[in-house]
Amino acid sequence: MNRYTQDRATRPKPTQNSAKFASALLQEEGLLYEVGHANTSGVDLEVLTDQPDRLGSLARTTPTGLVGLSEPETLRHYVRLSQRNYAIDLGLYPLGSCTMKHNPRLNEKLARLAGFADIHPLQPVSTVQGALGLMDQVSYWLLQITGMDAVALSPKAGAHGEMCGMMCIRAAIEEKGELEQRKRVLVPTSAHGTNPATAAACGFVIDEIPANAGGRVDMAAFRAKLGPDIAAIMLTNPNTCGLFETDIKEIADLVHEHGGYFYCDGANLNAIMGKCRVRDLGVDAMHINLHKTFSTPHGGGGPGAGPTVLSSRLARFAPLAFVTGDRATGFALAEHPEQSEAAFGRMCAFHGQMGMFVRALTYMMSHGGNGLRQVSEDAVLNANYLLARLQHEFSPAFAGTCMHEALFDDRFLQGTGVSTLDFSKALIDEGYHPMTMYFPLVVHGAMLVEPTETESLHSLDQFADTMLELAKAAKSGDVTRFTQAPLTAPMRRLDETQAARNPVLTWKP
Amino acid sequence: MAEIYYSEDHEWLAVEGSTAKVGITPYAAEQLGDIVFVELPDAGRNVKQQDEVAVVESVKTASEIYAPVSGTITANNEALEDTPETVNEDAQGAGWFFEMTLSNPEELASLMNKSAYDEFVKGL
Repeated sequence: MNRYTQDRATRPKPTQNSAKFASALLQEEGLLYEVGHANTSGVDLEVLTDQPDRLGSLARTTPTGLVGLSEPETLRHYVRLSQRNYAIDLGLYPLGSCTMKHNPRLNEKLARLAGFADIHPLQPVSTVQGALGLMDQVSYWLLQITGMDAVALSPKAGAHGEMCGMMCIRAAIEEKGELEQRKRVLVPTSAHGTNPATAAACGFVIDEIPANAGGRVDMAAFRAKLGPDIAAIMLTNPNTCGLFETDIKEIADLVHEHGGYFYCDGANLNAIMGKCRVRDLGVDAMHINLHKTFSTPHGGGGPGAGPTVLSSRLARFAPLAFVTGDRATGFALAEHPEQSEAAFGRMCAFHGQMGMFVRALTYMMSHGGNGLRQVSEDAVLNANYLLARLQHEFSPAFAGTCMHEALFDDRFLQGTGVSTLDFSKALIDEGYHPMTMYFPLVVHGAMLVEPTETESLHSLDQFADTMLELAKAAKSGDVTRFTQAPLTAPMRRLDETQAARNPVLTWKP
Repeated sequence: MAEIYYSEDHEWLAVEGSTAKVGITPYAAEQLGDIVFVELPDAGRNVKQQDEVAVVESVKTASEIYAPVSGTITANNEALEDTPETVNEDAQGAGWFFEMTLSNPEELASLMNKSAYDEFVKGL
């Protein structure tokens, strides 16, 4: 069998292609299996005859059944799909839970430098000194920003970073011989859903702390839960209600007094960077989402990266591999257990998301210390500007100012027949991606708006005008505009109930 | 005739003698939205009041269901696995979650009757 074409025709009949691009801009885009065919091939390479075939009995004898597509067919399929999508490069993206902020093109330019982009993790370290030096610099910046003692760069996303931090905490407890005794991890009800999942995955028992009427940790309930069986608390700051946990220092001190550790979910570091030092808050471990705070592309655009900073109490337990040495003597990699006896293990095969380190460092260095502080200030200012402009037509979940995201509940929609879901769908018709909805769970019909520092005053005003117009329309009884929405999107309202109850996960001809 | 009790976690209990049938209230079902998955406790499991016994997942959220009283699970409503929508359609009837025997009937005093529950919901 021809290895390249699997003996399939390389010139498909013109009628075989099911994509009809010319007919309209909003055509149904077929699946790859419908665009191409399993009986044609997109490659047309000559079979090598003057080379011995070393595959022997391993050579494939039956076709894979995968579709054969040419490069233009493949490219057009994905570009067509991308044009039916919404992206931060098209407009404001208020989806709070995973920040969609501008990815500066300078980051992209530098990440494509061959010395960063075309290297392999198994290359001799003498040939990748620049890349290791860059990782060392990323570490330096992250430690400067947080004031912490060590950083594990390898975690590949926020939840992976949480896992890394909790594994460090577990290792520290185990070293003290207290693993049987310390089983309980305190998690506020407003925590990111990954927090309790991470603690459970590390073998701990979750104990929820309720929020008080102000949206922060209920200190009385928290104190009542303290005891000698506390392993840790996992607290997000600013929390998912967009509020700074004002009792954070006392929480840290009390947990420490009881022999526990403080894991801080650093997903929202973009609100406090340069304004307060994580170390001063009493944190023992915290992950940093490079894809949020330092603008590396995510959410369809690229992989996450969740380096975890550690206090002096946990630094020794940091996972392999990590960079050692310096520019003068040369950088090296600690990759083997004997190079760090306390290391709890590894988070992944290699050293982390190199491309994201380059982008994050570019962002840090192009802003500088003062610039990064202004990033936080602008993110918080923008959120508060929207809060102030929307608060009279919408119902803010909590009184007072917010941090980087403004949270509303659905009281303003009461009696209108319009739900948070309907409202979000109507926003699509206005040309915006919806905000986060129904999260955090502690707020009824939640709408969580995070504009980020990306948006200009003009852009914020446009969005606020749209939001206000929609709120007024809902209150004036224009219900079908909402319940029928979206009207202008490539797809109308999808049946998410049926999708959850009867998911179809495989393509059938 | 069964006597109906309600919990602050929006569960109902239809108690007959020392057994009870348990489900979530129509108010809870409406708040959750379209329910897409229900995870039920196995028969024979001993539970304490406020233990997590079931999970109900809707298009909006996933919520834990707590044992409203202590006792032993004797049966669960297997039909919900294939037709979770029954909970939305008939929360206080065919959409029941599980049956249990009560080990400490005095705990019923911590629950509400219908009028108290209706008041409780109004206050939310």
